[in-house]
Amino acid sequence: MNTATSLATVSYDWPPLHEVLAVLTLNAGYNAASVVVGTMLLGIAAGMVGTFALLRKRALMSDALSHATLPGICMAFIVAAAIGTTGRSLPVLIAGAAVSGIVGVLFAQFIVANSRLRQDVAIGVVLSVFFGLGVVLLSYIQTMQTGSQGGLHHFILGQTAALKRSDALLMGGIALLALLATTALFKEFRLICFDEDFARVQDWPVSRIDLLMMTLVVVVTVVGLQAVGLLLIVAFVIIPPTAARFWTDRLGAMTLLAAAFGGLSGYLGSSASALFPDLPTGAVIVLVSGAIFVVSMFLAPGRGVVADVLRRVRMRTRMAQEHVLRSYFELFETGHYRDWRTSRVPREALLLYRDWHRRGLGLLLRLMALRGLLTLHGDEVALTDKGREEAFRITRTHRLWEQYLTTHADLAPAQVHGPAELVEHVLTPQMIADLEERLAVVGRRPRADAMPQSAHPLPDAGEGATP
Amino acid sequence: MESRTGSGAPLRVSDLTIAYRDKPVLWEVDYTAPASGMIAVVGPNGAGKSTLIKACLGLVPAAAGSIEVFGQPARRQRRLIGYLPQRESVDWDFPASALDVVTMGLYGRIGWLRPVRRRHREEALTYLEKVNMADFADRQIGQLSGGQQQRVFLARALAQDARLYFMDEPFAGVDAATERAIVAVLEEMDAQGRTVICVHHDLDTVPKYFHHVLLLNNRVVAAGSVGEAFTRENLQKTYGGRLALLEQAGEALARSA
Repeated sequence: MNTATSLATVSYDWPPLHEVLAVLTLNAGYNAASVVVGTMLLGIAAGMVGTFALLRKRALMSDALSHATLPGICMAFIVAAAIGTTGRSLPVLIAGAAVSGIVGVLFAQFIVANSRLRQDVAIGVVLSVFFGLGVVLLSYIQTMQTGSQGGLHHFILGQTAALKRSDALLMGGIALLALLATTALFKEFRLICFDEDFARVQDWPVSRIDLLMMTLVVVVTVVGLQAVGLLLIVAFVIIPPTAARFWTDRLGAMTLLAAAFGGLSGYLGSSASALFPDLPTGAVIVLVSGAIFVVSMFLAPGRGVVADVLRRVRMRTRMAQEHVLRSYFELFETGHYRDWRTSRVPREALLLYRDWHRRGLGLLLRLMALRGLLTLHGDEVALTDKGREEAFRITRTHRLWEQYLTTHADLAPAQVHGPAELVEHVLTPQMIADLEERLAVVGRRPRADAMPQSAHPLPDAGEGATP
Repeated sequence: MESRTGSGAPLRVSDLTIAYRDKPVLWEVDYTAPASGMIAVVGPNGAGKSTLIKACLGLVPAAAGSIEVFGQPARRQRRLIGYLPQRESVDWDFPASALDVVTMGLYGRIGWLRPVRRRHREEALTYLEKVNMADFADRQIGQLSGGQQQRVFLARALAQDARLYFMDEPFAGVDAATERAIVAVLEEMDAQGRTVICVHHDLDTVPKYFHHVLLLNNRVVAAGSVGEAFTRENLQKTYGGRLALLEQAGEALARSA
């Protein structure tokens, strides 16, 4: 195998800017343009087909498929050489790849159906055994005297720069067909991905639709082998839709985004390969789509990691603010402060009442002042009208939930405070109305303007801070 | 409608035996559904209730016996059959909105390769309205509450416009509002002459919601109108003690296969 040598001899000289622009704008000659456009079409098709493979939970199966193509490629080469034609004919090699890829997938499914092994195990077995066989055949081919075996190793890591124009056109054309077929079958694919049983009940030929879907995965995989390489083409099929899923909850939008991400990866990857002819294209393509994936995973609104962390921080801050408000209310209720409308409460009293972190409480109070819930007066705090309203509401919600737990869930009064601390923040007005209704049924209808009694004794931490 | 559906009972099951991995879970089931009235399928866990309806839907192969729908083999009458699956069987993270799911109920009528059009989505929306879920049409299904999810799937079943419905525990784990909504829809379906067969867990509500009952425990214990068949004695036969021998025989068969 000379993948290692080809990696070692990569030329890292940066080409002049006009050449970079020429490649990127498809002006570097008809040949280079065909390769870039062909790879881009392949990326678009792979993203779309991959969306359904992913939703049908076939991601690993397509990995088995791509690895299992290697022995087929080698055997097609050997057979072609034996009967005297040139072994480096792309259609012949692709046909061989398709046959052994499909045999690999069928073999994995046979293992799952006829043994107690799980799918991941079966895939692991097929993937490694077929790939091992392919490597053995490949090294045998290196000893053959045909002289045309030079490019075979490109099928492992991919090399668009080695594509002939006719190869690129074939790849692009087939990718275009796969793309159109996926569009035409969008409704059918969506149905069997979401609910196979329901599709059967509606009299759809599920196994035939499934076969069509698998065929498209096979097609995209094998026509892309020479460009992307069999080690990494699975990433071309799986990463763009996975990245797309972060941005949307709609299947149509997800499919389009996956197509765009795949197309962009293919475009940039093959351009890079044109500029650095020794660079393995598959790796560059996967790095581009990997970068898109990382950005999507962290920055996508809604499902992204950052959005998720922000949401949680915001929720926690809100909960903490509401705990401050309730503490404030209860300090008056326990009689440490007289006039609920005018009295100020020292920070120290809040600190004693509840187990706050001193600096955390300071930040929290400043935030609440910004939100207009309270005003700060040196070491003392006073609620605004808005703050008092909120404090009343949250304390009332807390108490109602405590009452509900004692009357309807058979919890002892000593047990209800903890759950209420969590639930008080999430009850909607609708749920509170529901709650009041249920309490009324057991003869404890709460008044809207009065605070219900606490179900348990309140902590008495205010003594030391009483003014 | 008679001419399209043919004559015969909505559902006629004869000598049906079903095995999972060669272990029989239903033995020799004979059952004919009455022409009108809501039907509950009742029995303990593992009695084969879901299996029975899955067999009628063609989702589980029968080891022996036949299933006829309106006088024809069930597999030729699938256009007349609607289905509400158990909630646990759904992938709630799937990128689909409530409206997308309901629209899937129309796919059978839209046909091969034809895209979903605006008029289909508008039709789907009317079914969401029937279950008071129109406001949630654009919500991703995983972001709905359990009861709301159940109503969306009921709307999808309505969209199928079937004559015979199989529903797997439509009332399981739903809130009071959803239960009322489902009951209202089921009553309307009944009034339209559709046959609804529900796997049902809550024995208390059987007389309230259903007219007929099929008591099942790996075989048919009793079947008939709620007044006749839903008796203390039959319930005891259904729930009181599993038939140990029947189960052992099944396990022995599984081992020998």
